[in-house]
Amino acid sequence: MNLDLRLPLGLMFSIFGVMLTVYGIVSDRAIYARSLGIDVNLWWGIVLLIFGVAMLALARAAARKRHDAGDA
Amino acid sequence: MLHLHLGAIDYAILLTYFAFVLGIGVVLKRFVKSSEDFFLSGRSIPAWIAGLAFISANLGAQEVIGMGASGAKYGMMTSHFYWLGAIPAMVFVGVFMMPFYYGSRARSVPEYLKLRFDEKTRGFNAITFAVMTVFSSGISMYALASLLELVLGWNFNASIVLSAAIVLVYIFLGGLTSAIYNEVLQFFLIVFGFLPLVLLGLKDVGGWAGLTAKLQVVATNAGYAKGAWSHSWRYLGSASANPMGVDWIGMAMGLGFVLSFGYWCTDFLVIQRAMAADSMTDARRTPLLAAFPKMLFPALVILPGMIAIALHATRNGLLPLGPDGTPNYNMAVPVMLGRYLPTGVLGLGLTALMASFMSGMAGNVTAFNTVWTYDIYQSYIKPGQSDRHYLWMGHAATVFGILFSVAAAYATTRFNNIMDMLQLVFAFVNAPLFATFLLGMFWRRTTGHGAFFGLLTGTLVAAIHDGLTLPRGAVPGLKGAYLGAALHIYPSEMAQNFWTAIFAWSACFLVTIAISLLTARRKSDDDLSGLVYSLTPRIINRNLVWYKRPATLAVIVLALVTALNIIFW
Repeated sequence: MNLDLRLPLGLMFSIFGVMLTVYGIVSDRAIYARSLGIDVNLWWGIVLLIFGVAMLALARAAARKRHDAGDA
Repeated sequence: MLHLHLGAIDYAILLTYFAFVLGIGVVLKRFVKSSEDFFLSGRSIPAWIAGLAFISANLGAQEVIGMGASGAKYGMMTSHFYWLGAIPAMVFVGVFMMPFYYGSRARSVPEYLKLRFDEKTRGFNAITFAVMTVFSSGISMYALASLLELVLGWNFNASIVLSAAIVLVYIFLGGLTSAIYNEVLQFFLIVFGFLPLVLLGLKDVGGWAGLTAKLQVVATNAGYAKGAWSHSWRYLGSASANPMGVDWIGMAMGLGFVLSFGYWCTDFLVIQRAMAADSMTDARRTPLLAAFPKMLFPALVILPGMIAIALHATRNGLLPLGPDGTPNYNMAVPVMLGRYLPTGVLGLGLTALMASFMSGMAGNVTAFNTVWTYDIYQSYIKPGQSDRHYLWMGHAATVFGILFSVAAAYATTRFNNIMDMLQLVFAFVNAPLFATFLLGMFWRRTTGHGAFFGLLTGTLVAAIHDGLTLPRGAVPGLKGAYLGAALHIYPSEMAQNFWTAIFAWSACFLVTIAISLLTARRKSDDDLSGLVYSLTPRIINRNLVWYKRPATLAVIVLALVTALNIIFW
């Protein structure tokens, strides 16, 4: 396929990750009463960011491989 | 009543998601050049993407809301939909049936029926399937809009228009590829949106041990043995020992064999995803790779329902009650979202929920436009046109398919009974299908007349069986006994459904064999090469590394699913 799906996938989850992490840092602790006192936005934001960046890295590696193959 | 408040960040997440969904459609537009690009992604999708789309297309309203509701209502037994039903069926379709679907170069499941049998069998399947997809998509839309109205206070009409417009745009632009790519996004959204809910819920009830302890209260309150909500097989010895009202024969034959194999092995909605794969091996690996995440899905969709009912029973009424005083099980998942997720991840969870409804809708629309264009329009209305013309028709079918779905969504709000009746009729049509495919693929003697009349008889027998039986406590009417008498009372609606399917399948199986033996074969062995097991050369995968071979994957999947069945026995 011509569009590597990992690109939009990685990008979307990286954006979600950044949004949640930042929100987790600045938000009022009181809203985490319902999540058992855990700042889920911060922690889950980091998880999403790791996933997103990993997807982007895979897509980049694949693109580089295709590029090298094209040169050869 | 439950009411969720969304913050700016929640809306930002939702809008970002919409932007990506539409953006994918826009980017993919330039790759759609022929009708095969539009309807079958030019058969160029790698197995892992096709596999995730394979399960995501089915991940509509019925799965996310319905499985949560069943988890609350029936507990761990709900896992049979996966570990006894879907997974073995997915292994079967990958190993045994995909060689014929993909190898025959049929462009749809009805087209396979035309190649294998005859025009009338294809016509019957194509038309019932097309009508069914439009209504399923409409019901999905209706369910989404009423849920959003209920928990967010959003305007019903606005939700319908918004979801229909988004699905329309991305399918119109990018065709099946766009639907498949978005289904993969939706897959990860569901996983990442629901996982925090499950983890927090489990932590709150004290892990699996705490959950089973609380579920004992649920079970004893309902008059069953203590473990009835936390075991999948133990209480299947008799129908009266478990909340589903089903015994192991009805479960294994009805759900495990007839219904699950019927759905996963013959429904074009899912098969289309595998047909889009880029090679025979990848087409076969599509359902096999899909089976790995699929077997973990009970943790994401059933577990929240089980946690909800456990909390409901031990912490005084978490779930809203219906008019008859029983908990409203369909609210299990939305209530859990509101209870555990603070603004931020709540937006993610709601986006996941909306994504699941939209993927259910999009799956139906892409299956509809293909069957309409290839199997109805090209076959009966305007054959022999240029590929450009059929590509144009595919775009048009996407538009009116969605318009029909919107109409169906509104019909559901007005005439609830008509929709229930339609769904009942579809169930009758679907129940016998697997017998036709099984005989068609594995017995060369099966004839077109045999297949067609077998299907008709099976459908009829389903209607008659349903019309003469009744689930306990129901009044004659839509629930059954509409033929005047209730000859048998089933302990539950679920049991009645399973046995209707078993009767329909058996009738179709026997009648197809009988009529095939009485009628002459019209297709020679040469015609059937690539369509029937004994007349198709075996696929040899010697050039593949052992762990990439479909057979190896199948064995691993079956071993894992057996282990899960034993662990949660």
